[in-house]
Amino acid sequence: MTDALKRPPKKDPQKRTNSPTLPPYARSRKAIAFTLAAAEGRFALQVCAECEHVTYPAREVCPKCWSMELEWRDIPDGGKLISETTLRTSVNSYFRERMPWRIGTIQLDAGPTVLAHIHGDVGEFERVRMIARTDKSGQGVMLALPEKETPNMADDRQLRALTCNPKYRRALVTDGRTELGQRMVKALADAGATRIFVGIAEKWRPYEGSEALEAIPGVEIMPLDITDTISVNELAAEMGDKADILINTAEYVRPGSVMQRHGVTLARDEMETNYFGLMRLIQAFGPGMKARGADGDNSACAWVNLLSVYSLSNWPVYGTTSASQAAALSLSQCLRGEFAGSGVKVINVLFGPLEESWRQPLPPPKVTPQRLADTVIHALTQGIENVTLGPVAEDVVRRYKEDPFVLERELTQINQGM
Amino acid sequence: MVTAPASVPYERYSPEPAHWWLARVLSDLGKQSGLGADDVDGLCVSSFTLFPDTAAGLTQHFGLTPRWLDHVPTGGASGVITLRRAARAVQSGDASVVACISGDTNHVDSFRAMLTTFSRFSQDASYPYGSGGPNGSFSLMTSRYMDAYGVKREDFGKLCVAQRDNALKYPHAMMKKPLTLDEYMSARLIADPIVLYDCVMPCAGAEAYLVMREEDARAQNLPYAHILSTVERHNSYPDDPVQIRGGWALDKDEFWSMAGISPGDVDLLQTYDDYPVISAMQMEDLGFCEKGSVSEFIQSNTFTYDGTFPHNTSGGQLSVGQAGAAGGFLGLVEAIRQLTGGAEQNAVPDAQYAAVSGFGIINFDRGLCSGAAILGRT
Ligand SMILES: [Zn+2]
Repeated sequence: MTDALKRPPKKDPQKRTNSPTLPPYARSRKAIAFTLAAAEGRFALQVCAECEHVTYPAREVCPKCWSMELEWRDIPDGGKLISETTLRTSVNSYFRERMPWRIGTIQLDAGPTVLAHIHGDVGEFERVRMIARTDKSGQGVMLALPEKETPNMADDRQLRALTCNPKYRRALVTDGRTELGQRMVKALADAGATRIFVGIAEKWRPYEGSEALEAIPGVEIMPLDITDTISVNELAAEMGDKADILINTAEYVRPGSVMQRHGVTLARDEMETNYFGLMRLIQAFGPGMKARGADGDNSACAWVNLLSVYSLSNWPVYGTTSASQAAALSLSQCLRGEFAGSGVKVINVLFGPLEESWRQPLPPPKVTPQRLADTVIHALTQGIENVTLGPVAEDVVRRYKEDPFVLERELTQINQGM
Repeated sequence: MVTAPASVPYERYSPEPAHWWLARVLSDLGKQSGLGADDVDGLCVSSFTLFPDTAAGLTQHFGLTPRWLDHVPTGGASGVITLRRAARAVQSGDASVVACISGDTNHVDSFRAMLTTFSRFSQDASYPYGSGGPNGSFSLMTSRYMDAYGVKREDFGKLCVAQRDNALKYPHAMMKKPLTLDEYMSARLIADPIVLYDCVMPCAGAEAYLVMREEDARAQNLPYAHILSTVERHNSYPDDPVQIRGGWALDKDEFWSMAGISPGDVDLLQTYDDYPVISAMQMEDLGFCEKGSVSEFIQSNTFTYDGTFPHNTSGGQLSVGQAGAAGGFLGLVEAIRQLTGGAEQNAVPDAQYAAVSGFGIINFDRGLCSGAAILGRT
């Protein structure tokens, strides 16, 4: 049974913050597809399109029939631990700091045997459930979990190294005025976050749900307007060293294509929040989080962006908003590059039409703010970096993966709502 | 025929590159045999740390103009496989005198550096899991092997202790302190169930020998040994979930019939011993005992140079040290010494036949290359 995680003590300001050490990051080009699947929380291996042989490690050719057609497919995640060891020395500093470390050989139901990290509750020769996740280096690795849920299972340190669990962590939610922001705060509190800083612009202006929000345990209302550089910097100066998780719930959404607008005023407002707002947050909070990626049980661990799925490909009905979201998506990719090697994950949730006033005319199916908040918590506790939410988003992402240029044609042909 | 065993004393760390160690052993080979660059027309090299050079670059460096050249990348199996290749070259007339040299350096950080870039499969699928290197892979093999065949830690301990006893009689061994079974049993865990004394110490060093025709060795007045049989095999039993047998099991019938002797005729065995589990596996898979009975076999024999089953008579890598690819030459060079009157304090009395086996390249989860040879005294 896993020991329950204890609340980390208050930090001694005299003490040096540990520099992040990293597990090995070098991978072959073929293995990057495994990392992508891990970032999406999928357990995928190469399967031969001609003979169905499942192969591992990543190869260029099927070792059974020499076909070059090896496809990455989701495969059954069951298996059995057939041999294990506890490493007590390592040549790598990241692991050396974390010894002892448990690894083992898993015979997968799908065929191959693999080497994996082993959750502490997996017993000798027991059946396991495999997950693939990105590690602190941002590369995909496998972990074998007990087949059934165990007490305090999420607190296992080898699992927690792969996740961004809010338990005993501190979070910043950038906009608490909306239903989405408020549901996010509640979900974080329920997931065990100890302090939740909630940004509210123009605090004197009343808003719906304020009393319930302030009553949530651990909530601290902070003045924050992400369209204002000074406001963002002031907040970062005050609590930036306590942002273990940052969830950017601020968004600016208006219907309309380019020709339906007059001038650039609205588009500028969209960019102020969706693009420059994100940029201000990154500049103010990014360096501090990056430096705290190895800061114990409440290290900085995740930056969450909530993006419309039309950030992938423009939907002219929300044409200029899509453009600002595309800019934000691009910036999030830059952030992922800047956080690489820090141990902080960039989690992007791509969602379909949200149940809120500015998207009111859109037909169902829609995503409720509660669903979106729950999805973010799931991504954090599971350590998943790329999330797609809702039937519309899933459909768009599937088509995007098949061919982004065909998707562009589909979204811009006659009768797409224009 | 095989002759002129040469071993350069090992060092824990060396600032010199692999080139220096290979040069040093070549120089020793020349002194010992009386042969020089004009006499050697074949060269075979095995080394992990020679980058950016290969055997080709060494010909110019060493002033050789060989008509036959090879670079054998099979690590712990390189001694036997080099012997096999060189003997075929001499047999077919492609070369007359082949210098087989192996050596590696060990800088302060070079073991870690070698592990990080050892192979694509290990980079993708084993190194990211704790970076235990061979300790991790072999602990998984050891634990599975112990479960499958009822082998006990005491059995491995007995092999390690006997090797240390042998090493005390071999001047070049790095480990010079005696080891007791109690010390072995209570040693610090490295990767369960592997303990400190199951692991080799990486170091710098070099080993070498010459392959030539019998009449050439006689003309040069060099003591030599015959090659009776060799086999090699790669990626054997790929579908075994964890490696508990090696390529020898596939090749053993051919191996013994080629040699024309049986396992009982062998006077000494040199196994590749980066961990004792692999020595035990070689004893079984080469037919010295039935598969699954190695525990009994170990309990009913003694393994020192003067024991009932002399094994790794110089102390093996476990006590001499592991000088990279030269670890794959150590047992072969020791066997040649034993059969040509070169062994001193640790000489096996009246040794007629020596078996040597090799095992190498933990590419992902198992060793891929295996080989074995029988040498006979003339
Ligand atoms: Zn195939």
